[in-house]
Amino acid sequence: MLRVTTLRFCGAVVAGLFALSTAHAQGIEDRLVIITSFSKDVTTPFAHAFEKKYPGTRVEVQNRNTAAAVAFLRETRSNPPDIFWASAPDAFEVLKKNSLLRSYRPKAQGLADKIGAYPVNDPDGFYAGFAASGYGIMYNTRYLRAHSLPAPKEWDDLKKPIYSGHVGISAPSRSGTTHLTVETILQGEGWDKGWASLLEIGGNLTQVSDRSFGVPDAVNSGQYGIGIVIDFFGLSAKASGFPVEFVYPTVTAIVPANVGIIANARNEKAAEAFVELLLSDEGQQILLDPKIQRLPVRLSTYERAPAAYPNPFKDTRLGTAVRFDVDLSEARYELVNSLYDRLITFRLKELNAAWKTIHDAEAKLGTNASDAAKRLIGDARRLASSVPVRESEAADKSIAGSFQEVKPGQKVAGRQAEFEEKWDSFAVKNYAEAKAFAEKAAAGR
Amino acid sequence: MVDAATAHRAIHVPAAVRWQASPAQTAALLLIALFLVAFLIVPILRVIVVAFTDRDGTFTMVHFGDFLRTGLLREAFWNSIYVGVMTIVVASVIAVPLATLLARYRFRSAALIHTLGVVPLVMPPFVGAVAMQLIWGRNGTVNLILFDWFGFRIPFMDGLNGVIFVEALHYFPFILLNLSASLANIDSSMEESAQNLGAHGVTLFSRIIFPLALPGYVAGAALVFVKVFDDLATPLLLNVSNMLAPQAYLKITSVGLADPMGYVISVIMVGCSLAAVGLASLALKGRDFASQQRGGGGLSQRTLGRAGTIAAACLVIVTLALVLSPHVGIFLLSIATVWSFAPLPDGFTLAHYATVLREAAPMIGNTVLYCGLAAFIDVVLGAMLAYLVLRTRLPGRRLIEQIAMSAVAIPGLVLGIGLLRTYYDVVLPGGQPLATFWLMLVIAYAVRRLPYAMSAAGAALQQLHGSLEEAAENLGAGKLRVLARIVVPLTAGGLFAGFVTSFATAAVELSATLILVTHAADAPLSYGIYVYMQSAAGRGPGAALGVIAVVVVAIATFMAYRFAARQRGLRSREMF
Repeated sequence: MLRVTTLRFCGAVVAGLFALSTAHAQGIEDRLVIITSFSKDVTTPFAHAFEKKYPGTRVEVQNRNTAAAVAFLRETRSNPPDIFWASAPDAFEVLKKNSLLRSYRPKAQGLADKIGAYPVNDPDGFYAGFAASGYGIMYNTRYLRAHSLPAPKEWDDLKKPIYSGHVGISAPSRSGTTHLTVETILQGEGWDKGWASLLEIGGNLTQVSDRSFGVPDAVNSGQYGIGIVIDFFGLSAKASGFPVEFVYPTVTAIVPANVGIIANARNEKAAEAFVELLLSDEGQQILLDPKIQRLPVRLSTYERAPAAYPNPFKDTRLGTAVRFDVDLSEARYELVNSLYDRLITFRLKELNAAWKTIHDAEAKLGTNASDAAKRLIGDARRLASSVPVRESEAADKSIAGSFQEVKPGQKVAGRQAEFEEKWDSFAVKNYAEAKAFAEKAAAGR
Repeated sequence: MVDAATAHRAIHVPAAVRWQASPAQTAALLLIALFLVAFLIVPILRVIVVAFTDRDGTFTMVHFGDFLRTGLLREAFWNSIYVGVMTIVVASVIAVPLATLLARYRFRSAALIHTLGVVPLVMPPFVGAVAMQLIWGRNGTVNLILFDWFGFRIPFMDGLNGVIFVEALHYFPFILLNLSASLANIDSSMEESAQNLGAHGVTLFSRIIFPLALPGYVAGAALVFVKVFDDLATPLLLNVSNMLAPQAYLKITSVGLADPMGYVISVIMVGCSLAAVGLASLALKGRDFASQQRGGGGLSQRTLGRAGTIAAACLVIVTLALVLSPHVGIFLLSIATVWSFAPLPDGFTLAHYATVLREAAPMIGNTVLYCGLAAFIDVVLGAMLAYLVLRTRLPGRRLIEQIAMSAVAIPGLVLGIGLLRTYYDVVLPGGQPLATFWLMLVIAYAVRRLPYAMSAAGAALQQLHGSLEEAAENLGAGKLRVLARIVVPLTAGGLFAGFVTSFATAAVELSATLILVTHAADAPLSYGIYVYMQSAAGRGPGAALGVIAVVVVAIATFMAYRFAARQRGLRSREMF
């Protein structure tokens, strides 16, 4: 063992010395350390492109899930890596708030400022969007055929009783991109109506996954048939041969994927060169690779894209219908996540039961329901789709602050656990009552 | 059972000699304490301190009050207890017949069955989950066939009962290994005496054999409970979030969350785990399981008749088919082109193995090195600690045992963050931080698995009568010689069980790995599996790596078993 280590070490020294000479010629360091949550399929082509362009600089990619990556960066301030590269905008926000990122304005030209309604870059320059992705619906064709289900096309389709128990999503608290989709719905439809939609779709959900990739994984296996996912999960699964399809609904959220330079990065010149490469013509071209399938932020790249490639700058369906208020989204970020978990993730069984009873009652009663039965169904629907927090409360600094890391001295309205207990009992009580009302309506006719 | 136990209490020597500890033993205890303080207590406290402080940093217990006031968490608590207890029941149904059969009858393939019995402990991250769903899930192989032929499905993987089912398949080896070790240590003369007195069959088993093997069974059952109580992968796989471990995990791993509840739950889980282990040792208290004679080397083994052999073979095959079904799934996945909503894959290929052997070969060596070292550390420290607890009266030995045991309930991520926080600024010569040096990964594995080795060694020692060691000492053997010639050989079975459980579970540990690995060249297999399983195209290669991990563990187990069996054989020849 000792010999192996020594050999490896000597090898590294020799390689390092050699690298030093060539890298210096280019004016950048001989090492670049990247922390990323992206899969190998994404990181490898970029790492190769970088090493080809800057021979002598060795790219080290450390794969970590977003939570582990953020924890790692917090603990390694004294000797940090160089680049953080991931989708989740929330992770970048946390890092920015903790002064773990360095501001850098990319020199590259010809890039979009906005995709749909969503700004591509951090306004303070701490991180930059290098690609975008749209949310949509992925489904397993064998599964749908076996269950005789039509393919869903719109978000509203997912509310239909026929899809009960066939749909999965990842929790917004676990996936920054799902969070943006939820926030887009809340801003697009309004707070109360938005939650009503989420809860009605929630009634059909069979799983709220704790990780983004859990949803395409389950749809690929046929564990359930339909998943609410980001486009490249669906498209790359199809490219890998799975019997799945992906559709964009008419109105959808577009979310960016980001890159940022870490504060006090050891190899900052190499880090800057990497960001520039990502945004360059060459780097953007790599995004079109069928295994990667993300939407470039460089407008000219679309000219060389395959014919069917989605183009958010031409296709007005993608993300333009909603004016996205970034400040509002940030102010209530953690609160919305917690609320979703209380109302849907952790009470999924109860929510499923309430909506199933409502749907069954409606099917049984048909059009000739009595007024009393109609009233009962209406009450049940209202109970199963209401939210315990008003919009104004959600944006209230002291309430939202209970869910955030705040500066010492800032007033907060209470502890997170207190709110969560209140919301949880609200959900349990409402769903039970909704179920009882629907049963009563069905029994009474 | 009283008969067997009291028979020996009569001749139990009240050995005042053993109350005092030699300087070497004191030093050993201090060394273990130092190890635990450095790599468990300090790192953990630096992370979970938030459970006891409010926003201004002052001490408070209010968060524990919040825990009790939260309906969801109370529900989660009782669910975890229920699942833990029921899993012991189901796991016992699988493990006890298998262990008895292996101990009682002569099988040519005992080593193979023992090895296969350990494999279920190795559930590669993500791959195991996908395979389980593909075999037992709502639209897995079994249910698709059931539905095609009979028109119904069985919800194996649904709700708390699904969790119990999967956990029992996964963790029954804890009982199998420890019970087998115990059974192998029973003195055959006990059994013969009972038979001479007319005891047979069920009576013999329930009055003599099982009671004498109780230390192993209880050690295994306690580990099952603790492990199930703290396991989060299975509930998450089955989408059951109202249990304690997933609740803690979801809180701790949410990005940018200021809520201390995740750490509060962790503290409560540590408390529950210690209580369970305490309860287990209480159940064994006041009984003496040791036997002095060491001639037979376990129960007298019989050869089965033709009908018996067939029946036994059927039982073994059915049991193994059930518990190895996830691994069959992983294997199929690793040679599948596409496998989706079908009883079997669409087609088969070896390309995934070519991919991983090209890209990930060094990871195999790393895994063997790290897990082998970690398991070795565990066996040495665990056996030392168990010995000091049972054979000396050193002050503080119980406390240190409890601290070591608490590691079983510490989430890997918490330990990983703690180690990073404590050792990142300690820089090795050459500029690498100690926290990200590969040895730290070994230490993280060893710390979290020390309880397994400790329990196994403790159970083995409980069956070893102290008078054997005294006799050796009276004959002039020094402490070290006694250890080497008497204690280690006679507890080899338990040490084997400890080594194997540590090695097998470390081989697929991900949460601490993911935070501590900084160089792809230093990464173990579990990291490779994680990296592959993040994309649809990586499923096959990820499964191939999973199969390699399983095979590595199986080979290590087989070799360790052979070693332990040789020790056992050696000892009977030497002594008689």
